[in-house]
Amino acid sequence: MNNQKGTETIENREKGSTNDDSFKNLSGFKIKALYGPEDISQRDHETELDLPGEYPFTRGIHKTMYRQRPWTIRQLGSLDSPAKANERIKQLLQMGATGISLCLDMPTIMGRDSDDPLAEGEVGSCGGVAIDSIEDMRNLLEGIPIDEISINFVSNSQSAVILAMFVAVAEERGVPLERLTGTMQNDILKEYQAQKSYYFPPRPSMRLTIDTLGFCNKHLPRFNPISISGYHLASAGATPVQEVAFTLANGFTYVEEGIRAGLSVDSFAPRLSFFFKVHNDFFENIAKYRAARRIWAKTMRERFDAKDRRSCLFRVHTQTSGSSLTAHQAENNIIRVTIQALSAVLGGTQSLHTNAFDEALSIPTPKSEKLALRTQQIIAKESGVINTVDPLAGSYYVEALTNQMEDECYKYFKEIENLGGVISAIEKGYFAKIIADSAFSYQRKIEKGERIVVGLNEFFEEEETDIELREADPEFEREKVSDLVELKENRDQALVKVCLNEIGEVCQGSDNIIPYLIKAVKSYVTLGEIIGVMKEIFGEYREESIY
Amino acid sequence: MSKGRKRRILIAKPGLDGHDRGAKVVARALRNAGMEVIYAGLHQTPIQIVNAAIDEDVDAIGLSILSGAHKIIFPKIMTLLKEKGASDILVFGGGTIPKKDRVVLKSLGIGEIFTTGADTHAIIDYLNRTLES
Repeated sequence: MNNQKGTETIENREKGSTNDDSFKNLSGFKIKALYGPEDISQRDHETELDLPGEYPFTRGIHKTMYRQRPWTIRQLGSLDSPAKANERIKQLLQMGATGISLCLDMPTIMGRDSDDPLAEGEVGSCGGVAIDSIEDMRNLLEGIPIDEISINFVSNSQSAVILAMFVAVAEERGVPLERLTGTMQNDILKEYQAQKSYYFPPRPSMRLTIDTLGFCNKHLPRFNPISISGYHLASAGATPVQEVAFTLANGFTYVEEGIRAGLSVDSFAPRLSFFFKVHNDFFENIAKYRAARRIWAKTMRERFDAKDRRSCLFRVHTQTSGSSLTAHQAENNIIRVTIQALSAVLGGTQSLHTNAFDEALSIPTPKSEKLALRTQQIIAKESGVINTVDPLAGSYYVEALTNQMEDECYKYFKEIENLGGVISAIEKGYFAKIIADSAFSYQRKIEKGERIVVGLNEFFEEEETDIELREADPEFEREKVSDLVELKENRDQALVKVCLNEIGEVCQGSDNIIPYLIKAVKSYVTLGEIIGVMKEIFGEYREESIY
Repeated sequence: MSKGRKRRILIAKPGLDGHDRGAKVVARALRNAGMEVIYAGLHQTPIQIVNAAIDEDVDAIGLSILSGAHKIIFPKIMTLLKEKGASDILVFGGGTIPKKDRVVLKSLGIGEIFTTGADTHAIIDYLNRTLES
């Protein structure tokens, strides 16, 4: 290209461009009318944009990506009772799901048994399953090949107990622990930052997370002990760039803690995985994955001295955006989910959950769940996007966004470092403030019409569409409570007491707690009882409300 | 209400779910609109909420719930308010609440239920209008 021609091109571009502030993505980056070679020329493409499957993995973690194996279609398969959830999992597998995510109900999430007074009205809520004792875990997993199907437990503060139950059931069934695959979300940091399902102060919670990591490291080598989750940060309001930055900062914190616990980085980092949300902005989302892979790889190699290439792989599960779904004209959500799912696939996700369109109103019906699953199958089988790897690489726009996303992340890392790291930043309210500000600003933009939500602030219709919604089973809670009361009456009470005392002692010491929890759950000690004892030792956390 | 007194609103999240984005956005919008907002925070029981409302002498209570437990928790709060002679406090709510349930809850005396995507101005207007009369 000669100089004169180059200048002309740029001039023409400038004429076609706009200074209008409205062309911004969700992270607040100004988007130009046109992108060209000059927008990406300052970067070293030899080292940053190599081949897929090669460091720093900007173009994807596998050489052949979906040609060899499509992403895992991982749908949430939970329903109030363990038996119903079991039935649902089997149905989803039969319909072609290739992995399962299991959500817990609110009492289980908050470490309370179904018979706890505070659980009233919430047993089996939020499309989650109630897990009180090992009996529930047995029923949940009955007849499911747990050594073949990977199960993602959407479990956080209670992960140590859930893992103990999972291990105990595997042992009963004679499944060798080294064959167990799957994931425990077990990401406590984002609980304090966003999801707010914490019990203890951050530091004892971190100890339980690392105990879980350590136990899996030794006994469950194919199991992912932490899924570092941006999803919840984004749901609470974080912008896409904040989601990437905070998720990665949390990831680095777990790596530091693992190393501090005496593990070598390459012994556990390959099993760390991630969880992202797809926002509405199509290309921004794709750039988010590409930037995240590159930052993770570089940091693991340069800062943590990882030698194993697998330690540098940013492996990610994705869920479409629940908070982008509207209660009004709910069927429009089908289209939103489709666009978001396609964006996650083009970003190179390893597994995907597509939301059901009725989730802004209630928990999904079997029909809406099936439609969500079919959405992925249509993308995988009909659209042709899987035929080549990282098809958007080399797009001036996508590459420029990827670079910008990366640069902005380092600014957040610096701020967090200046506050003394992630845990200190949590204690200082840093994340809560940023996330609340972003949520408020997003809402304001919608209200001012600066950001359009079809069917809500444009093309609004007064009349609500009537769609069929799922009804919770009103009898379930009563049955669950009565079963639990019976279980608590018919167990070796002296043994229960011994187990709980032991757990109390281990909480005060530094032994890995998981073996003690396995013994306890086998003795029918319940999740609520275990958390109760831990609360006595660790204390309870209450956040300062920042809004 | 004495003249010139700012409207006092308690925003609370009853139940066990931690989805506080909506509650916080509404709390901030009401505060920006000149109201005095008391944000009770997460995981509040019905009795804690009712006691806080009475102690803080609020004009209205805004409840946010996304777990589906509204059918149990909202009526409990209404009953407690009645028992404590505080039925004059306006109760409104929001969250993942299907239309059918909204009708039932309103018949129990809950002033208004806003769903996902509600405009905060609509909430402010609603409070100004209702508390005026």
